[in-house]
Amino acid sequence: MVTFWVALLAISILIYLLLDGFDLGVGMLFGLADGEARRDEMLRTIAPVWDGNETWLVVTGVIMWGAFPLVYAMLMSAFYIPVVVMLLGLILRGVAFEFRGKASRSRRIWDISFSAGSFAASFMQGAMVGALVKGLQFANGEYAGGTFGWQSGFSVLCGIGLCFGYALLGACWLVRKCEGPTRDATRRQIPLLAVAVLVFLVIVFTHALAEHLPILRRWVERPYLFVFPLIGAGAAAVLATSILRHNDYWPFHMVSLIFAAAFGTLALSFWPYMIPFVVTIDEAAAPHASLAFMFWGEGLFVFPLMLLYVAVGYRVFRGKTAATADHY
Amino acid sequence: MDPTALLLSRLQFAFTISFHIIFPAFTIGLAAWLTVLEAMHQYTGKPVYRTLFAFWLKIFGVAFGMGVVSGVVMAFQFGTNWSVLSKMSGPIQGPLLSYETFTAFMLEAGFFGILIFGRPRVPPWFYLFSTAMVALGTTLSAFWIMVNNSWMQVPTGYVLENGQFVPNDWAQIIFNRVVWVRFPHMLLASYLTGAFCVAATGAWYLLRRTYRMEAYVMLRMGLALAAVLLPVQLFIGHLVGDYVHDYQPAKFAAIEARWHDEQPAAEVLIAIPDSSTESNKYAISIPVLGSIIGSMSLTSKEVGLTSFAPQDRPAVAIPFFAFRIMVGCGFVMLGLAWFGTWLSFKHRLDRSRLLLWGIFLSFPLPWIAILTGWYTAEVGRQPWTIYGVLRTADAVTPSLTAAAATASLILFVAVYAFIFSFGTYYIYRLLRAGPAGLGGKPLHGPVPNRPMSLADPVPAPQLHLEAGE
Repeated sequence: MVTFWVALLAISILIYLLLDGFDLGVGMLFGLADGEARRDEMLRTIAPVWDGNETWLVVTGVIMWGAFPLVYAMLMSAFYIPVVVMLLGLILRGVAFEFRGKASRSRRIWDISFSAGSFAASFMQGAMVGALVKGLQFANGEYAGGTFGWQSGFSVLCGIGLCFGYALLGACWLVRKCEGPTRDATRRQIPLLAVAVLVFLVIVFTHALAEHLPILRRWVERPYLFVFPLIGAGAAAVLATSILRHNDYWPFHMVSLIFAAAFGTLALSFWPYMIPFVVTIDEAAAPHASLAFMFWGEGLFVFPLMLLYVAVGYRVFRGKTAATADHY
Repeated sequence: MDPTALLLSRLQFAFTISFHIIFPAFTIGLAAWLTVLEAMHQYTGKPVYRTLFAFWLKIFGVAFGMGVVSGVVMAFQFGTNWSVLSKMSGPIQGPLLSYETFTAFMLEAGFFGILIFGRPRVPPWFYLFSTAMVALGTTLSAFWIMVNNSWMQVPTGYVLENGQFVPNDWAQIIFNRVVWVRFPHMLLASYLTGAFCVAATGAWYLLRRTYRMEAYVMLRMGLALAAVLLPVQLFIGHLVGDYVHDYQPAKFAAIEARWHDEQPAAEVLIAIPDSSTESNKYAISIPVLGSIIGSMSLTSKEVGLTSFAPQDRPAVAIPFFAFRIMVGCGFVMLGLAWFGTWLSFKHRLDRSRLLLWGIFLSFPLPWIAILTGWYTAEVGRQPWTIYGVLRTADAVTPSLTAAAATASLILFVAVYAFIFSFGTYYIYRLLRAGPAGLGGKPLHGPVPNRPMSLADPVPAPQLHLEAGE
């Protein structure tokens, strides 16, 4: 039961990373794009799916609360400021989808709120992961690190790194969904973003070596973990060739694979801890009665249905967005 | 625990949830109405239903968007500000809210995109199905929220083990009678909100002598639904009062402003409760009615607040006045709905401008009733967060500082005020422009249902003529 819910939590986080990742990434690139028409086109690629994408964050939150209440309580109180800023960012970008189309002279406000909100949410998510890797202070199951205990050079670095990662994913999504000048302009950004992500990974790795972050020891103990970086490297190679060949379809899938590999590396190097070296999965798990209640309904039946809704949504809005825009 | 952080956390929760409830209260009813309109259009083929659907869909889109983003906050705020509560009640509240997310949020989110953008891409039956799924999602969400809140009001089906509420009877938690009076109460409140907004919009157009055909449909449908639902709602409201009487006697005494045990008990209609003297000023009360309302008896003894230790009593003024405002709104709406329906049967609606003004101005009433109803329930539950078991003061995050709580509260108020003013302004503009749309497009042009302005770039010069922003 515990294993099932850990697996489902991991799957939900990964789905969130990939889906809201490109969504937030498009939001950040949106701020760099010039021209109303181009911004409209970018927004149109994600408008029908953003709500579903963001819902995976709530899925992650409630699985954590229901199946691992201890971890939910500890992390949310440790990440008070980052969570609040992330939520406000998601609010400001979320309303922009509807407001922007209704506004006339105030449209600029929602352009800014859309990209700034996307940036704030992405940065804070990265910073939280960074803080988790670096380690947080707890005493007797309560957070004891102070309001800004999550903040460090490393967490800021991870925040920036995730922004580049999401932007790369978003760029590949745009290449997949757009045509003409928008696609070509975005394609030119991909090498830059990819190099930035690579540089970030190198810096994180050297930083980890320099600081002897506890995570690193686990990599040395578990050499099989290097399978994931290898998958990532392979995906990066395919990404590079597909960009050079001007393929629209493969870059998005390759960057998704890189994300999955990075997530797998991180998740397995935490194992069996949920909060590294403080709380294990078994310590955090809710009583059996709660896990079983969740398993027999939502886990077994509703979760596959949710995947079905996602599949239906993406199937209905498949293909190039711009090419079909004249239907409206 | 920092007492300032506690107070600020309570304010923040009250503020964010009051803001949030405004939108689901509206969209639950509106989604159901959109489903009815789409079904009627597909069945009868009358263009007026399609016009109304397209019009209200735009308003639904804006309100739904604000509901979604303010709702995400709720899923995390339990952990950020109430970590002791979320640790202790996580085994019960966590699964309930995860059922909400799995069964409701994903359903509505999955089909919302199709509802807004998908009409040209899917067959009509699937479009109707998607509309119905969004409506079902909003309803299921209300259901799980009511299960969750009812468990906090009347905790049941659990044992306390190692400082955690461990569930031992899920059927009892989900199917107890408290849930099954409070869920219909909330659902009807949402339908009434939708009905009154639709009727008020119709009244507004008739007063401005525009969109007569659409206005009549909106008025008739809105008023008739409200006229039927309001008596049912008042009766269910009475049943909700019964559960409070049986399970939460201190809250009941606060709502009634009954300070001392009485037999038989009088009903205080209106007064100014004074907790320093433990009595009411300027009270107007009716003898024996208190016993009839509380226990359906002429002789029953009803409990007063002084029977509870001072630290176990809720504040009196808020539940007392909030309850009376809610009931007052209910009776005003009942009068408007019945009178309006009667006039519409006699085909004299447009001649009674006074009534049309009344209906137009009544659109805030359902929201006021919902908010005051929730204030009665939630403030009346104090000083407990889980009634009788966990005090609010013990539930707050221990590490939370007053400075962090101040910062977050200020940020929430600022951002919410910002998006609320723009959101209501955009909704107002859509309503004022009416079914023909902001750009002044023909009603039944070559592309009848242009979905949303996102996919629908309105030429800027036209906008400037109409907007006056």
